[in-house]
Amino acid sequence: MDSNRWIEAGNAEEMDLEDVARFDYDGRTFAVYRTAKNEYYASDGYCTHERTHLADGLVMGNLIECPKHNGRFDVTTGEAKRAPACVKLKTYSVKVAMGKLFIKID
Amino acid sequence: MVSAAEKRDYSILGPEQEKAVTQGLVSAVWYQCPVPRKRLKELTKRRNLPAFRDTVLWLALLGASGYVAWLSWGTWWSILAFAVYGTLYAVPAGSKWHEFGHGTPFRTAWLNEAMAQFCAFLSLSPASTYRWTHVRHHTDTIIVGSDPEIVAPRPPHWGRLLARYLHPTVTVRGLLSYAAGRMSEELKALIPAAAQKKLFWEARITIAIYLSLIAICFYLGTIAPLMFIGLPAFYGVWLNYPLGWTQHLGLYEDTLDHRLCTRTFKTNAIIRFLYTNMNYHVEHHMFPMVPYYNLPALHEEIKEDCPEPAPSFRAAVRETIDALRKQRHDPNYVVPRVRSFAERVGRAVMIDSIGLKQQVDGGRPTTAV
Repeated sequence: MDSNRWIEAGNAEEMDLEDVARFDYDGRTFAVYRTAKNEYYASDGYCTHERTHLADGLVMGNLIECPKHNGRFDVTTGEAKRAPACVKLKTYSVKVAMGKLFIKID
Repeated sequence: MVSAAEKRDYSILGPEQEKAVTQGLVSAVWYQCPVPRKRLKELTKRRNLPAFRDTVLWLALLGASGYVAWLSWGTWWSILAFAVYGTLYAVPAGSKWHEFGHGTPFRTAWLNEAMAQFCAFLSLSPASTYRWTHVRHHTDTIIVGSDPEIVAPRPPHWGRLLARYLHPTVTVRGLLSYAAGRMSEELKALIPAAAQKKLFWEARITIAIYLSLIAICFYLGTIAPLMFIGLPAFYGVWLNYPLGWTQHLGLYEDTLDHRLCTRTFKTNAIIRFLYTNMNYHVEHHMFPMVPYYNLPALHEEIKEDCPEPAPSFRAAVRETIDALRKQRHDPNYVVPRVRSFAERVGRAVMIDSIGLKQQVDGGRPTTAV
């Protein structure tokens, strides 16, 4: 895979405010977030605590809560904010162009 | 009686742990009843109002019953008054410690943490122990060798089950141990190093506050302060254990389906309030993001895809005790209500085949004598 490629990840407006969607690409899984302030973020798709899809979780403000153990991460930085999540989540740049979401994947 | 050869090792550090991993039962994907995403999102929404209302109501009831208990001090009425106060103290303290420990009731995060710490303090325990054992319990619910919260092994031992009424004594011994910076190997396996330090400090602060309370008792020449804070964790827990037994006992082990290893029961508003809706236990395990006040609505969403709930708390306890009695002779016994559901959804054969494989491997007991 090319390094630092912008990959199309779907239509921006299809996501609700305070929502998260799963995006799979090249054998990897990502979570794309839309916050209440209409800002988009993206991170690795699995919780760093256990292999659970964050896309099944709950977005509250800038936080994503893992659906399995209620661990939380700040989607803007990837910082773990609530146990049992202790390890930072890898985040990716996101841009919106022509109504499409793009993630910069390394 | 059942021979010793039939007993499994329920330790999370024993040989059953490796077997559970080999069988794909550890950190596995569990069955979830289908709920439309939009509806699930509604159900997971956190609201401060219901959590605040129920917390205030609990504290008000505690205050009112405590006042009556205080007025009755020195009379025979105090036995009844403290029985009521102790129940209002111990059952919600346990259930709310659980709920707030999940961080789901309040939308404001720090309120959940504050309440979890407060309820753990009332229960004579640092909050972090249960927090981490409970994380594993949710990962590997009733998976032998991985779930540290399995209440009774198969076959069950009545003496050990009833000895859990002495659990507060064990908790106090644990507090002293944590305050000294020591913990069991099982807890070391469950709690990350950074969180262990937090646990030790929680224990030290808890002990310091209770020592102050004991000093006040000596100063005043009465045990009354401890009768209101601390001792209810001993004399008020009579209802906690039957409630806890209904959660998983008498159901399947080693299955990746909460409908088969977890029990939901219908009950009255008083028990639902005291128990913080944990009677909806299948729902809670399947969707732990849903706050307790939305569990009845979640139940309505998924009930067609679940076994019929036990019709009452009494029925749930009776069903559980009957199963424990039968498991003394047949460790594979499962309550008929859930076994017939498992057969209907085609899971009983799969689970029994796991048991059969364990027999072949020499791990799973079968022969009841």
